[in-house]
Amino acid sequence: MPEASPGSRPPAQRPLSPHLQIYRWPVTMGTSILHRITGVGLAFGTLLLAWWLVAAAMGADEYAVFESVSFHWFGRLVLFGFTVSLVYHALNGVRHLFWDVGRGYKVATANMSGLIVYGLTVVVTVAIWVGAYASMGAWAQ
Amino acid sequence: MSVQTPLSRARGLGSAKSGVEHFWHQRLTAVALLPLTAWFVWAVARYAGAPHDQVVTFLGNPFNAAAMLLFVLAGLYHMALGIQVVIEDYIHREGTKLALLLLTNFAAFAVGTICFVAVLRIAV
Repeated sequence: MPEASPGSRPPAQRPLSPHLQIYRWPVTMGTSILHRITGVGLAFGTLLLAWWLVAAAMGADEYAVFESVSFHWFGRLVLFGFTVSLVYHALNGVRHLFWDVGRGYKVATANMSGLIVYGLTVVVTVAIWVGAYASMGAWAQ
Repeated sequence: MSVQTPLSRARGLGSAKSGVEHFWHQRLTAVALLPLTAWFVWAVARYAGAPHDQVVTFLGNPFNAAAMLLFVLAGLYHMALGIQVVIEDYIHREGTKLALLLLTNFAAFAVGTICFVAVLRIAV
């Protein structure tokens, strides 16, 4: 809430219009909020990337510590969240770039492109992890 | 007392404190990040679970090191611009807002420099 300026009266206690929880969520509302949440999540994800690069630069012993965490189920979960966020934010970012040049604003189009982004996020994320596990299997041999 | 005309003041520092640079740089980095992210996702899927010597060999390649640093550079700049908007949207107490904006920018530079030193140490 913005602070009231000195001397101003407190806001009148009028009935408020129905707020977030009462509306059916349109597709575009969900995609917009998720874009922001994943963006903030990815900001913290940069710390993971820095850790990976630093561990690799410092040598085998340090890298073993990174591996022990990233191979743990919780580390895996965090990495999965990072992947989903990155894929979603990138794909939904393409929608924003189309809007920036004035395209795709029709409600039906915006809803459809949002659903397509949801679908593609699942497909691409699963493909990445299948590929990652296949690579790991190949390294292990 | 300013001797600027209202027009020059509006062109320089309006109430928004900037022009379209923020918007444009956000989009510039967004477009740059599309191919870089595709490469990064591939690289991480392939090498994040690889043995240490394979990771070092991969990042030792100048092209891979360059792609990684471009991703870090564009990504952190995009991050700083985006987080700035989030902070400005939700934090209205001036001191807290200023502190968080400083933290965001310092963190971006710190993480970026650490990534650069790490990659260059492997690749150079």
